Amino acid sequence: MTAVAAPPPRPLWRRLLGFNLLTAVLLGVGGWYVGWFGAHAISAASIGYFADTDYNELSVYLAYIGGVVGFLVGLGFLNYPLARMRGYPPSLREKETHGWTRYFSLCTDHKVVGIQYLWGIGLFFFIGGLNAMLIRTELLRPNHQVFPAGTYLTIVGMHGTMMMGMMTSGILGPFANYLVPIMIGARRMAFPRIEALTFWLLMAAGAILTTTIFFGGFPTGWTGYAPLSNEANPGMDNYIIFFALVGISMTLLGLNMIATILTMRAPGLSWTRLPIFVWGVLSTAVLMVLAAPVLIAALGMETLDRTAQTTFFVAAGGGSSYLYQNLFWVFGHPEVYILALPGFAIVLELLPVFSRKPLWGYRLAVGGLLGVSLLSWFVWQHHLFVSGINGDLRPFYMLSTELISIPTGFTFLCGMMTIWRGNIRFTVPMLFCLAWFFNFLIGGLSGVFLSDVPSDVTTHGSFFSMAHFHYTIMGGLVFTFFAAIYYWVPKMTGWELNERLGKVHFWTMFVFFNSTFFPLFIAGFEGQPRRVVTYSAHLQFLNDWVSVSAFLLGISMLVFLFNLVWSLAFVKKPAEANPWSSRSIEFQLPSPVPVHNFDRIPVFSSDPYGYGEGPVPTWVAPAGAPAGRE
Amino acid sequence: MAAEPTAAPATPSDSTNHGLRVVVAWIVLSAIATPLVAVFVGHLVPPGNGSTQGTEQVFDNTWMLSVVTPVICLLAVFFVYGLRSFHAADGAILDGPPLRNDSRIQILWIVGTSVTVLFLAGFGTYELLQNGAGGGQGPDPIAVPAGSKLQVQVIGQQWQFTYRYPALHGLESNQLVLPENTDVELHVTSLDVIHSFWAYELGVKADANPGVDNIAFVKTKGPETFHVRCAELCGLWHGYMYNNGRVVSPSQFRSWATQQEKLYASIAPFMNKSAADGGAPYARTYLPLPSERAG
Amino acid sequence: MRPGVKLLLVAAALTAAGVVIGFYVSNLTSLAGSPTYTPPVANASSGHPVVNLQIETVAAVGPKLSPNPDWVSYLIKNGGQWQRKTVWDLPAHATVHVTIYNFDGASGLRNPYLARPQGMVGNRILVDGKPTEAIDPNDASHTFAVPALGLILAIPGVPDDAKNPCGYAPCPMANDHRTIKFTFHTTTPGHYRWQCFVPCAAGWIDGFGGPMQTIGYMDGFLNVKA
Repeated sequence: MTAVAAPPPRPLWRRLLGFNLLTAVLLGVGGWYVGWFGAHAISAASIGYFADTDYNELSVYLAYIGGVVGFLVGLGFLNYPLARMRGYPPSLREKETHGWTRYFSLCTDHKVVGIQYLWGIGLFFFIGGLNAMLIRTELLRPNHQVFPAGTYLTIVGMHGTMMMGMMTSGILGPFANYLVPIMIGARRMAFPRIEALTFWLLMAAGAILTTTIFFGGFPTGWTGYAPLSNEANPGMDNYIIFFALVGISMTLLGLNMIATILTMRAPGLSWTRLPIFVWGVLSTAVLMVLAAPVLIAALGMETLDRTAQTTFFVAAGGGSSYLYQNLFWVFGHPEVYILALPGFAIVLELLPVFSRKPLWGYRLAVGGLLGVSLLSWFVWQHHLFVSGINGDLRPFYMLSTELISIPTGFTFLCGMMTIWRGNIRFTVPMLFCLAWFFNFLIGGLSGVFLSDVPSDVTTHGSFFSMAHFHYTIMGGLVFTFFAAIYYWVPKMTGWELNERLGKVHFWTMFVFFNSTFFPLFIAGFEGQPRRVVTYSAHLQFLNDWVSVSAFLLGISMLVFLFNLVWSLAFVKKPAEANPWSSRSIEFQLPSPVPVHNFDRIPVFSSDPYGYGEGPVPTWVAPAGAPAGRE
Repeated sequence: MAAEPTAAPATPSDSTNHGLRVVVAWIVLSAIATPLVAVFVGHLVPPGNGSTQGTEQVFDNTWMLSVVTPVICLLAVFFVYGLRSFHAADGAILDGPPLRNDSRIQILWIVGTSVTVLFLAGFGTYELLQNGAGGGQGPDPIAVPAGSKLQVQVIGQQWQFTYRYPALHGLESNQLVLPENTDVELHVTSLDVIHSFWAYELGVKADANPGVDNIAFVKTKGPETFHVRCAELCGLWHGYMYNNGRVVSPSQFRSWATQQEKLYASIAPFMNKSAADGGAPYARTYLPLPSERAG
Repeated sequence: MRPGVKLLLVAAALTAAGVVIGFYVSNLTSLAGSPTYTPPVANASSGHPVVNLQIETVAAVGPKLSPNPDWVSYLIKNGGQWQRKTVWDLPAHATVHVTIYNFDGASGLRNPYLARPQGMVGNRILVDGKPTEAIDPNDASHTFAVPALGLILAIPGVPDDAKNPCGYAPCPMANDHRTIKFTFHTTTPGHYRWQCFVPCAAGWIDGFGGPMQTIGYMDGFLNVKA
């Protein structure tokens, strides 16, 4: 396929008109007010929202639904369906041109969507991180100081919800969207427009959650337990809409990944030749598709409870507070593996490259990923060990939870045996992967304490469990997220990242991450509950230590940000096609990858891990061979 | 950097038995570390010796630490040895030996982790079924200590815990006072949202759900003061929802009860009215009207 | 793009980020930040400081005092003015004489235990001048409770058939009201939260939303200072 000739440049003001982010924001705000006034016309004459003692929840919901619809229309999501209705021929692609404006509009190029995801999620990751800094500022002293009690809860909730909601797509969004089509030898995802939709839905959701502070915030943390959420301020509606949009985005993202991996693999790419990263994406996508709808259902019930005064979660009205807890954790526990599994996959994908050995025990590694994926459906009630629900089922959930350490152990074994007797290069991505072993070991072993009922009685709901899931999610997901960034961003952008700054970032992050979260195990054992604005005076030294470490961890993130801006905007050192001498197919393509990925659809003859087994096979079919299917 | 890797050496350049070294170092390190952890760290693990349940939790945690220690030792030995021995020379990109599998190691690993996991689950179940380990078990507890028990109801509301003693004519107080060496049957319920009753030193945690009678058992030991905190996010003053409780001698308990009954004598007539009349006769659960509105 | 332009862009982005973050943080610090009331302190002959507090509880706070005019609220009298300030600075080891004027009707206690006044001097309150050791839980309109000081008292409400009820604050004394008087002692310095335990937030499930979970209405602090 020949390169598309660049259209003659148009003046800037002309480029700002049309379907792009600017139009989307304007239409979004307009749609918000349409929904707002529309709902007040239905349910109350007053347009003075705060004049109503009974908050007009309906107007909040309709306002945000109007806003999201306006936002999507402004981006141009309706153009294609409307064009089809008017009889125009079908097209698979939109805005696949060159130039920076495509990053601010609906673009169906999976590589552009991947980069959009990287920056978009990065933005909300930093907002979530800022909230973490505010939490630690408040906890410098055992009594309240900076933030009032209610605001503190909002900050805690914003931090948790932002991180859980956004980082769920932290690896599937940027890296799977970018890499899965390339790794399986395709030119696009199965549903390119849906792929773009998942990204823009996520951005709309993030903006909605951030505006919760104008509506009184929400007091429930990321779990949103009813009936506390029933009596919360309208800021709670922001939480509900946020998570519902994230849920829709997750479901669509997962479906798209499954469809792509099942149907669009290039010739010769059998299941045993699939890169392990694609396996990780597949097992995660299955979890996403099955788990997120449960969350959406729970949030729908909560919406009815809040707007229509139903009593799904109100005991006195025949409902049950357990119902929400059950529904939430049926979603919530697979959710934490949705966060962890892509991390496993990235570690297993990168270790062979930097140990220069084949991935050891490929089938066992795949079995580990699928085993975690399967078992994660049978463990959710370990979040409810002391809640009084199903007291006699606790031994079962204790067993099923501990069984998960067996498939997780497969990942450890395969990773360790891949390193064994290799020629290890301590590059920045490799350092992040090695840190994963340390972090996830501590996270996993502390999880064994939480899964054991007698121990859970003390550790449940304390800083111990908080430290545990930060070790698994931040230590498991975020570390591998950075490994992926250092490994693939040169390929994605075509520019190298500074390695020295990368090492400074790694070592500060690793040291201060542990210095922040390890003491919290002790704080939890000493009896400090999560999400409280006050704690015993004797825990102040521990908390101050943690706060200072957390601030330094924040500075380490700024080092990364500086590296990113410095390397990509100022130094702009062109990256080589294959800077890591990897055998993976994306590194056999030029940097950055051309718009249509391959001139010819490749034919696979082996997996990408054949280090020490001869030269890299010529996957990319020679020029002149027949073009592959679109 | 991007140079094509030189051809892999056909065989590993050294014939050292790295595997044997790691295994021996691991066994030696574990044999030293595990008893040390069990003896010197085990008893530091909370919640301490404040109740029979607390003691058993410490025992349980000590065992788990002892199982976890060799796992940490294995990873530590492996990585310290592996990263020191197998790193590439600067700038060199040499392929390692193309080892793809070894089913003996896989089987050994699977059997090892399975046995460990099944042991932990079995051990935890045994500890749990002994007397409930201090956790909330719901309205139909499966692990019930034998013998007579003092019933105390814990009522959570936004934002305080109060305690009712059916044995003291339904007396309700904001102080939790328990006699020493007594089996206590705690009935935890809530008047509004979900709370969690956490008596740290007693090793008790039980969620308070509206309309649910969540039962937990605890056997007190000698006199002590313990801390009660709410451990489930319940709104604005969640962080301030705490107070102290006391375990006292039987005679002190009786004099405390007499003094409390005297203090609350003035509202006793109201307490035993029917709920519709604003009273609260002793009940296991409470279901206030959901959307009761102010006048 | 020239490096100078790029630097300028980065500087502009940094400034914009700083402004947004500053706005965000200042919004959070002020979201429920409540102004503080410091009452005048008299020194009695006993050597303990003495403070007089005049408090009013109203069913609706009115448009003058709050953006949420229908919310139920506590008000405090400061120099002849009723103000919506619920964070009060008090001296340590002080004797505090409190007068509460309640203009709100009864909505009933969820936990009748709270009907027993306790923690104040003599464990009794004066209701319209009459010493009282228990009120009917059904008659309770609000409570004033400082759990850390053990201070709990329920405030009886204005009868439903009152002839001259107060619409919204500030309520003149000519409207029907109940007067509650009691005295308590502050202890060591610290932040002591106080709250209402009556589910009195109209329109919220369990009566515990909105003003019940917002400092400045039915919740506040006693900042006891040395």
